[in-house]
Amino acid sequence: MTWGVVFFPGSNCDRDCVHVLRSVMGYQVVEVWHEDRSLDGIDALVLPGGFSYGDYLRSGAIAATAPVMRAVRDLAARGAPVLGICNGFQILTEAGLLPGTLLHNASLRFRCRSAWVRVESDRTPFTAGLRPGTVLRMPVAHGEGAYFAPPAEVAALEDAGRVVFRYCDPQGRVTPEANPNGSVAGIAGVASDAGNVVGLMPHPERASEALLGSTDGRRLFEAVIGALVGAG
Amino acid sequence: MRAFRVTIMLKPGVLDAPGQAVERGLDALGYRVEQVRVGKVIEMIFPDGEHAGVDEMCARFLANPLIESWTIEEIPVGAAP
Repeated sequence: MTWGVVFFPGSNCDRDCVHVLRSVMGYQVVEVWHEDRSLDGIDALVLPGGFSYGDYLRSGAIAATAPVMRAVRDLAARGAPVLGICNGFQILTEAGLLPGTLLHNASLRFRCRSAWVRVESDRTPFTAGLRPGTVLRMPVAHGEGAYFAPPAEVAALEDAGRVVFRYCDPQGRVTPEANPNGSVAGIAGVASDAGNVVGLMPHPERASEALLGSTDGRRLFEAVIGALVGAG
Repeated sequence: MRAFRVTIMLKPGVLDAPGQAVERGLDALGYRVEQVRVGKVIEMIFPDGEHAGVDEMCARFLANPLIESWTIEEIPVGAAP
């Protein structure tokens, strides 16, 4: 299968994602420029982390208007797996492909540390085959990662099983202390209505090599293979 | 030409982290303030006949309607940069 990784001006986890998918995991990877208008031949797409356009206006707001986003919408509409990591998550919410938004961390501090998340739903290509309740360790590194949506929308997401990841402690308990940014209901990641578009604040690409302390992040990328084979 | 100023503020109840940070800074300097809110001001100059849709620009792009509200005022063209 072929992955695409989108490079926006100010992305800074783009090379990390390409490295993990291509050099660590051995997949074909196409590097997609933000001005590209075609995603032909790409089976699954990653919008990486960073500070696209310097976070001007709002994090992700300007990247959401980039020419490539029309193709991203088309790819998402066709049901292809699309993953937004950190700033990529912010871009997907700004583009309207995912619900809610990301606010400044409640602590007012940039958080850069290990985090644990509990898989809440296996109904996405990035969590297919991961038993709900599975605890994954991945770093967070953000200043604006507090997930927010109005209470009624959060309730609807919960009911629909669209909350994909929730911050937890290493034992899988969702506690206020385990929540690094003040996200509502400890939400670390959500999915689109159809489930194929997923965004999360933690960085799976920084937890994909034993040398870096965790390989839990690889499980998200590996899950896609199983999901695509299953769908095909 | 016509010029417009858009003022964007977080809706009440949405955590205003920059506002809290500024409040703490003022407090550290010895100023007593009840509350500080931080928003954005955007000024735009339009060619004749092209100013329609400022509200739509706010709803689609300049603001995030989920968490922000905005006000629009027309300003003298010379007042904008």
